[in-house]
Amino acid sequence: MSARGLNRFGEADRRSARRPYGGLPAPGSRSSDLVPRPAYTAEAEERILGGCGLMGVCDESGGRMSGELALRSMSSMHDRGNGLGGGFAGYGIYPDFPYAFCFHMLFNDDVAKDDTEYYLARHFVILHHEPIPSKSVRGIEDEPILWRYFLEISDERLAETQLSAEDYVVHSVMDVNNHIKGAFVASSGRNMGAFKGVGFPEEIGEFYRLDEYRGWTWTGHGRFPTNTPGWWGGAHPFCLLDYSIVHNGEISSYGINQRYLEMFGYKCSMRTDTEVVTYLFDLLLRRHGLSVEIACKALASPFWKDIDLMEKDDRQLYTALRAVYGPALLNGPFAVVLGMGEGMVALSDRIKLRPLAAARMGTTVYVASEESAIREICPKPELTWMPRAGEPVIARLEDGVNLATSAAYNAVA
Amino acid sequence: MAEMTFVRPEFRVRIDREACIKCGRCVHQCGWGVYHLDADDRPMPDHSKCAACHRCVTFCPADAITIEKNPLAYKESDSMSSALRKAVWRQAETGGVLLTGMGTDKPYLRIFDHLLLDACQVTNPSIDPLREPMELRTFLGRKPDSIVVGYGNGDGGPPKLLTELDPQLMLETPIVFGGMSFGSVSLNVHRALAMAAKASGTFMNTGEGGLHADLEPYQDNIIVQCASGRFGVHADYLQAGAAVEIKIGQGAKPGIGGHLPGEKIDEQVSTTRMIPQGTDALSPAPHHDIYSIEDLRQLIYAIKEATGYKPVSVKIACVHNVAAIASGVVRAGADIVYLDGFKGGTGAAPTIIRDHVGIPIEIAIAVVDQRLRDEGIRNRASIVAAGGIRSSADIVKAIALGADACGVGTALLVAMGCHVCQKCHTGCCSWGITTQRPELTRRLDPEWGAERVSNLIRAWSHEIAEVLGAVGVNAIESLRGSRERLRALGLDQTTMDIIGVKPAGVGH
Repeated sequence: MSARGLNRFGEADRRSARRPYGGLPAPGSRSSDLVPRPAYTAEAEERILGGCGLMGVCDESGGRMSGELALRSMSSMHDRGNGLGGGFAGYGIYPDFPYAFCFHMLFNDDVAKDDTEYYLARHFVILHHEPIPSKSVRGIEDEPILWRYFLEISDERLAETQLSAEDYVVHSVMDVNNHIKGAFVASSGRNMGAFKGVGFPEEIGEFYRLDEYRGWTWTGHGRFPTNTPGWWGGAHPFCLLDYSIVHNGEISSYGINQRYLEMFGYKCSMRTDTEVVTYLFDLLLRRHGLSVEIACKALASPFWKDIDLMEKDDRQLYTALRAVYGPALLNGPFAVVLGMGEGMVALSDRIKLRPLAAARMGTTVYVASEESAIREICPKPELTWMPRAGEPVIARLEDGVNLATSAAYNAVA
Repeated sequence: MAEMTFVRPEFRVRIDREACIKCGRCVHQCGWGVYHLDADDRPMPDHSKCAACHRCVTFCPADAITIEKNPLAYKESDSMSSALRKAVWRQAETGGVLLTGMGTDKPYLRIFDHLLLDACQVTNPSIDPLREPMELRTFLGRKPDSIVVGYGNGDGGPPKLLTELDPQLMLETPIVFGGMSFGSVSLNVHRALAMAAKASGTFMNTGEGGLHADLEPYQDNIIVQCASGRFGVHADYLQAGAAVEIKIGQGAKPGIGGHLPGEKIDEQVSTTRMIPQGTDALSPAPHHDIYSIEDLRQLIYAIKEATGYKPVSVKIACVHNVAAIASGVVRAGADIVYLDGFKGGTGAAPTIIRDHVGIPIEIAIAVVDQRLRDEGIRNRASIVAAGGIRSSADIVKAIALGADACGVGTALLVAMGCHVCQKCHTGCCSWGITTQRPELTRRLDPEWGAERVSNLIRAWSHEIAEVLGAVGVNAIESLRGSRERLRALGLDQTTMDIIGVKPAGVGH
């Protein structure tokens, strides 16, 4: 991809970049003002690296907020991205299907769509499907076919495969991503969805009509991929089941994280390091049953010099955690926001080489790359702080807010 | 007088007669008997005995000695080289197997020297090891797939580890000392290595010659070996070490046993090995109680029972089928698989075996690591890579290929004075390392040796930390098995595929 259309800083021309999010072209702008963007089919040949901006907001009491909030917060961090990828994840946005696995799909063409529908019909009960609503936004072009499917798994299929519903979905996602050409599962969780593509986040949010959704958790992301063009599937968030990850940074330990995950059956097909973060959280939280706090301590572990000074119980725990989960340690600069059925977690690397700010107002927890992005949507929070390196910020939904993860539902299930 | 021979001396000893002060020190220093004094007290060399070990050169107070290659010209033949001609002449004279010491000196492809490391630029910052913590701590042993954490007594108290981990060996740096037996090396070498292991937070390995009573204070930093000869193996010995290693094979001589000549079996060696003084110590080629993998399993668990379940390491030579063998070893219950590449050292081996049998450690690490991952059992055992590890760069690359830690032998001896003359099997080592002659062994002060070895390990650890910082990680486990951070320069495609490394010029 050449740098045609980029200014000398490799960014979109500022005249178009400075305009308010989405909407009509700025007066006097020409088509060459736009960032040259690859078509959906132009998948990145190489693993994608980049610096980025991110945000997350979660109302622990389950109050549902408009997606416009996430969009506005991200637009204030416009300059952290370069227009080659933006995206959002919203939770609690599908109250009509609170227990169904919702697949947000990106299709290259009708063949990929037909193949995927054949696959889904064979493996799931499709409760409902429809195009993901969008509107025409200048700057967003060559979008893939966007469709969403609300899926249930029949008891017979689960009995046949001897899998949990979650494992069944994970297998299906890996199948579709790896074996159906031109099809990509953007998200696969319950009562949640990912909205992502190539563009500035505010353009993407506008395109997906985010303001029409209401959710109790939102995460957002603007990309600055550095060595390869973005592609729609490569934008954040990266999702698997209820987990969604937005990520700023680069995982320098990608090579071993990926090989570690392969041992547990995960196939890293998206050529981006963010994918491994999503899978690691899935492995540690869901499959190994670790708590969020402990999982974060495995992914961004304390230093030995601190572990050696701990009391016996803690020392044993953290020593074992590092000895066993060493290959899962995320090393290198990162800040991530994990959206999940139970709430939201933000985490930075163990020496905090990427920014992360946090705030709280009542029952609502805010995190973002910049405090300004928080104050954009919550001007006077009760509390703001800079989380320490490797210290997670955790927002927990009250039980019963998310029906699919509620204690009562899972006790029956 | 010596018999007539076609084999001309390899080296020429040159003495500057004007500088020589006729002190006779060279005569005393040389373990090979090169020098004698003539009627005028002038040292006269017998060139044919010189091993170019530099002992005399180092200790000549007048700086009057130098060793040169014998410039004698041979009619050129790339095929029937002068070295091969000499080998034929030697065998024609003796009818015997050619013996040698140390690792192979043949110019095989050194894959380590064709691997380049990554570094951070712009998108991810490098980390300064002088200002930020750099963690090299490594645990060797079996790890579970996952751990279970409880909270208080189930009442939501503080988190507590509920999984009981198998015992682990904790290394402060990913380096262990390779097995070198007392008998092949001197007791002072063992003392130095034990002290250095303790000072460096790592482990020495007794080799197959038992554990001398003097080393008991260091037993927390000692891995005791159980090899086919079972020299010095008894219940207390097994319990003395932090771990036990079953030696199946050695990289320098896969498939064959060992032979420590009777001349090296003095009173101390005899007591430690529990064999009569002056008899040859012969290790059989196989363990006579291990004729297949299920027998190995029995021995592993017999040792675990005898030691209260200390980690058991199994050392195998890297041969063609090493991946499948290692997998079997892990499934047989080994906590550590010690891979010994064909360039590894030895105290004595037939030259034909040393120079022609086995495969390189780089390839063995890669195929074993991948095989264990494919089978989902990589966490069940640690991989220690040895046999051809020459520098901290080799260690970093071995770890990036998939090793948990590296075993080092030759470099430790070099640190203590070894000049790689490759004549360990003669027992004449002028540096007092691979000899039992008391006038020679007393030359090595164990504390001096320990300091040299500790310095080397410290220096290498600093260098490993430098590399970690450059690749932008601050813990060794983030580089371990991360072949993505390696690129190959000048390797063929098949080799690159086998070791899982892309060619230089290909990005992520």
